[in-house]
Amino acid sequence: MEWRWSWVWELLPQFIDATGKTLLAAGGGYLIAVVLGLVLTLAQRTPWRPVTVVVRELVEFIRSTPLLLQVFFVFYVGPQFGINLSPWTSGLIAIGVHYAAYLSEVYRGGIENVPKGQWEAATAINMSTVQTYRRLIIPQALPPAIAGMGNYLVGIFKDTPMLSVIGVAELMHTANSVGALSYRYLEPYTMVGVLFLAISLPTAFFIARFEKWVRRKMGM
Amino acid sequence: MSYIEFLQDYGGRMVDGSLITLVQFVLATVVSVLVALTFGLMRLASNPAVKGFATVYVEIFRGTSLLVQLFWIFFVLPLFGITMDKFTAGFIAVGLNMGAYGAELVRGAILAVPKGQWEAAKAINMTPAQRMRRIILPQALVIMLPPWGNLVIEILKGTALVALISVTDLMFQARQINISTFLSVQTFGTALIIYYVFARFCVTPFMRAVERRMAFKIGRA
Amino acid sequence: MTTEDMSQYPLRLEGDNIPMVRFANVRKSYGALTVLDHLNLDIDMGEMVTIIGPSGSGKTTVLRMLMTLETINGGVIYVDGEPLTHMEKNGVLVPANPAHIRRIRSKIGMCFQHFNLFPHMTALQNCMEGPVQVLGMSKKEAEERSLELLDMVGMADKANQYPSRLSGGQQQRVAIARALAMRPKVMLFDEVTSALDPEVIGEVTNVIRKLVDAHSLTMLMVTHQMGFARDISDRVCFFHSGVIAEQGSPAELFGNPQNERTKQFLNAVLESN
Repeated sequence: MEWRWSWVWELLPQFIDATGKTLLAAGGGYLIAVVLGLVLTLAQRTPWRPVTVVVRELVEFIRSTPLLLQVFFVFYVGPQFGINLSPWTSGLIAIGVHYAAYLSEVYRGGIENVPKGQWEAATAINMSTVQTYRRLIIPQALPPAIAGMGNYLVGIFKDTPMLSVIGVAELMHTANSVGALSYRYLEPYTMVGVLFLAISLPTAFFIARFEKWVRRKMGM
Repeated sequence: MSYIEFLQDYGGRMVDGSLITLVQFVLATVVSVLVALTFGLMRLASNPAVKGFATVYVEIFRGTSLLVQLFWIFFVLPLFGITMDKFTAGFIAVGLNMGAYGAELVRGAILAVPKGQWEAAKAINMTPAQRMRRIILPQALVIMLPPWGNLVIEILKGTALVALISVTDLMFQARQINISTFLSVQTFGTALIIYYVFARFCVTPFMRAVERRMAFKIGRA
Repeated sequence: MTTEDMSQYPLRLEGDNIPMVRFANVRKSYGALTVLDHLNLDIDMGEMVTIIGPSGSGKTTVLRMLMTLETINGGVIYVDGEPLTHMEKNGVLVPANPAHIRRIRSKIGMCFQHFNLFPHMTALQNCMEGPVQVLGMSKKEAEERSLELLDMVGMADKANQYPSRLSGGQQQRVAIARALAMRPKVMLFDEVTSALDPEVIGEVTNVIRKLVDAHSLTMLMVTHQMGFARDISDRVCFFHSGVIAEQGSPAELFGNPQNERTKQFLNAVLESN
């Protein structure tokens, strides 16, 4: 089978357009995940035990079941109750919630990494809980969390192809339709792979640089 | 239709699917471990060609999506004369992908073994192979087991993608049942619970037990 | 190393009184930093030589080069008459290949500051590992010999304990037994008491004393224990800035140091004690 460059060039505009949608899905999903993840973390730190236990188990549940299945669940369950969610909405919810569970673990790790003595020192100078989080805990928990947050940013990007199954017209979806029309899969699937590499490798590189920069800046 | 009736009608197919998922999971894990060990050790080789090849492998498989790799292996590789049936392509793709992540765990764990251990092994005149096999790998194994516990769950979840090349696993069965019944909550809900129970109450406790056993074996418990 | 004229070095040391270890013009640097500058040092068979000096003077590097844990940038190290760092090829010395290094290295044993016991093996297994895996000895024979050595260092009753269950002093004694199990001709002790609590230093130094009394081992030791060095050594070398500033018998070096640096160092150390 021969590689057809002319066809690649022909497809390229369509693929670049789809890359934009992929990035949009990843970005939107990540935004949900970053915020919801924080909620899940803080909920696990409330003194009210039933809440912490339930949220903890919910996080485990989300983390130990396949995203693909969660995508189907969110997309198909609505209509059963008369709620119709668009592929985009369901996709963003599914991927956002999935990664919120992962990010909540990253935040938790970061917070637990802060030595106990810091909390005690905060009490000793009579800081409120909010002050303690804002002035001491989060600044110290953030640098070690950046690596994990960055990994999941790349992770969410690489998981967006799963949204193709419910018809979100991102890269994988585009490649599937092009392939199905022409019965040629070599170029479309290879292009998807290359585009993913072209984005995820530099992103991972810059995240690593950024992490180093933050650590240096915070004197760690 | 009550949930009991639903289970009576479709439970059998769910069980069939679960068994396929189980087999895919076990085979993909075996492939992952082999890939991880091979490429993890190659990443530490002093020969730049060996090291470079392993690095390219790891970066490609970690830099693109499992779904893309699965489709590439199943739809594109046959064009180069490498044809696998869908079942094989499924666990091979998952194993190659997760193995790349595992390779980084292997590499990191080996590097985490204190330098003094290499030196002590050299001081009793061991060959490089003996040092690795007798001294470094056993200690690295204990270091890498906890993160492998997470990776194994990722492998299980990764196997759900093989449904998209029509391997009749749990994910596939759920989708088929959903198409014919439109009982989405029951079908997908049941499938979610099966994955959850298997991951949380079978795989994770098993990995923890292995961790404890290994830690005990190397005398750290 | 490539610019050095290797013909100045003999292919092997011959004669009646060859040293067990010879450093000939040995140089070691890390980038621009010279750690050892043309080190020339002979250690005779059965001799106990102690190296003292301020930190960063290159004393540990001497031991690590001899154990081949560090490569050298110039000169040749001989062990038991044969070159360690080099081998003969067409009548000249060339850098040694791994097989040659392993053959010569088998004559050397080493104990480390942080013991470096294998944590996944019991004390006995630590001692048996080298004899069984490297020397190809039968398990039974290796076990007998290891138990003998563990008994010698006073650790026979802990033979089946893992290192994590042993104190620092106990671990170091096992490490000595492990090194001796390989039947080395030269033993290296690299600050073996530095990581120990003061009250257990004695149990390790006593074992080394025993070795000096009982064996014909050649020993090279780096230590901060001046009293111990004085008691036990045949010769003491004072290292400063990568060279041997002064050497002599313990009585000479501690009793009547000639070099200004030696005096300063000894004063500083003795004051702090």
